[in-house]
Amino acid sequence: MPAREGTYGLLAEFDTPSDLVRAAQQARHDGWRRMDCYTPYPVEEAAEAIGFHRNKVPLVTLVGGLMGLAAMFLLETWISVLAYPLNIAGRPTYSWPAFIVPAYEWTILFAGLSAAFGMLALNGLPALYHPLFNAPNFRDGATTDKFFLCLEALDPKFNLVEARAYLESFAPVSVVEVEY
Amino acid sequence: MPTSELKDNPMLDPATGEYRVIAQGQTFKSITVKIAGIVLTPDTPLGWFALFGVGGAGATMLLVAVTWLFLKGTGIWGVTQPVAWGFAIINFVWWIGIGHAGTLISAILLLFKQGWRNSINRFAEAMTIFAVVCAGMFPLIHVGRPWLAYWMLPYPSTMNVWPQFRSPLMWDVFAVSTYATISVVFWYIGMVPDFGTMRDRSQNKVAQYLYGLASLGWRGSVRHWVRYETASLLLAGLATPLVLSVHTVISFDFAVAILPGWHTTIFPPYFVAGAIYSGFAMVLTLAIPLRKFYHLEALVTERHIDNMGKVMLATGFIVAYGYAMEVFMAWYSASHWEAFMMWNRMFGPMGWAYGVLITCNLAIPLTTLWSRKLRTSIPFMFFISIVVNTGMWFERFVIVVTSLYRDFLPSSWGTYRATKWDYMIYVGTLGLFTALFLLFVRFLPMIPMSEIRMMLPGAKIGHKITPKATAEAGD
Repeated sequence: MPAREGTYGLLAEFDTPSDLVRAAQQARHDGWRRMDCYTPYPVEEAAEAIGFHRNKVPLVTLVGGLMGLAAMFLLETWISVLAYPLNIAGRPTYSWPAFIVPAYEWTILFAGLSAAFGMLALNGLPALYHPLFNAPNFRDGATTDKFFLCLEALDPKFNLVEARAYLESFAPVSVVEVEY
Repeated sequence: MPTSELKDNPMLDPATGEYRVIAQGQTFKSITVKIAGIVLTPDTPLGWFALFGVGGAGATMLLVAVTWLFLKGTGIWGVTQPVAWGFAIINFVWWIGIGHAGTLISAILLLFKQGWRNSINRFAEAMTIFAVVCAGMFPLIHVGRPWLAYWMLPYPSTMNVWPQFRSPLMWDVFAVSTYATISVVFWYIGMVPDFGTMRDRSQNKVAQYLYGLASLGWRGSVRHWVRYETASLLLAGLATPLVLSVHTVISFDFAVAILPGWHTTIFPPYFVAGAIYSGFAMVLTLAIPLRKFYHLEALVTERHIDNMGKVMLATGFIVAYGYAMEVFMAWYSASHWEAFMMWNRMFGPMGWAYGVLITCNLAIPLTTLWSRKLRTSIPFMFFISIVVNTGMWFERFVIVVTSLYRDFLPSSWGTYRATKWDYMIYVGTLGLFTALFLLFVRFLPMIPMSEIRMMLPGAKIGHKITPKATAEAGD
């Protein structure tokens, strides 16, 4: 995260997921784009409300899995045929059915690691710092029982006074300004 | 079910007559306080220290026995000709099998959208990892020169020697190492949001710092959650064929040999079912004391115990089918050696072990688990879990030893007797497992808070929400 100064955004706190989803849908409808919701558990409706659809995790996983499959099968073939051919009871050196098992395991290994680390990378994690943690009420609620909507200052519609009034119209528990 | 019982027992759901997955009256806050509180309290219960002392003593004994093993070699064990595979393989298969239930609960039941699994999946996964730790040790220490175990990996060495990929023992290396890696990754990724909760609820600077690092800066953005849920589902989808392949590959270690009693195609499914059977038994062995000790009756309810009993009943019958098929094939194959092996397994000098196996795996559980009353009786289910764990250990004992000690040539017959070092290492791994599990319970959230929150009534989005056509407020 580049060092910035000033306001990161305005954070509205809600008590229930329904209030959050209603506010997020309305904000999206009214043209807000740079915003995000923060919830203590996955709320799919909130992701839909802010128009988040592009999820590349499956693609990353598929590519990882295919790489694992190819890597292991080629390694086994190269070892058994070229690098160190062994005569095991007259079996052909290219005994591909026997190579399937390790290649299968590495498909799963690479796909699993790609899914996990790909998900983290796409999320921009690990992150040692994020301005939201400066909000006094964020850490009390976001990972326990509160639901947050953040309108970010980078949105062209953002104006501190107007955005605050806009968020207040959803009757949130509170609206706080978040500094970088 | 009589209606009076429905009214009297608040744990029963009047709509279905089933036990509730989560007791009534729980909120986002209450479950968070409850689960995080177990870890964040500065007061460690005395009972924890007592049990950790027992587990630690076992782990120390393991260390002593393994040290002596490394100094003297595998000659200190009871293995010899003709029984060259003894406790090490029995314990390896037993421990790996126990681990499989954790993956089944976390992965397969997730794919089947079995919400009740949420309460038990975290500690079932922890059980998997610690069981794999115990299991993985045995192949490493039984190779004779464990400091050369890395020769099993394909790496460019100055000796220009490469592994032999046509051997199931080589497949084992990849199956078990992949299983261990994926289990750890799945477990850790599952804990990341909960680490965020721990970071935010902790009052202690050191704990905040450590949980903060472990949480990777998790802040609960819904964009993150969507990717996170996808990754979890994909990991579950990958772990499912993985868990089936691991015990299949382990059964190949036996099935590709030509020994009577091993050389059979029933082994892969029968090993996998047995693994799940013993694994669920171990989950019960752990869950029943945990819910009592930490007062988690509202989160790990009779419903969980009941459902696990049903899974055990089903997998127990698959195991029973496996036993029946072995006997049938011994006759139907018309092979003298197969028939003798089965006769010897049942009535030979070690026939008592087969008796224990049939009693513990079939006679006791498969007759009683039909009863819902017994399946929801906590003391009885604890008893059954111990019985099945014992039975499944004896199954591996019977498979390994009875095929080996009397094979084709009577002049090469022998017997098998485990030494004190065998017992010390086996009991030692039980101690290590206990100690690791207690550390997990003390320092990590043992029930996934974010997944439990999803199941609470408050998590439902009330009604279909449509944005107002015109923006009235704000701008």
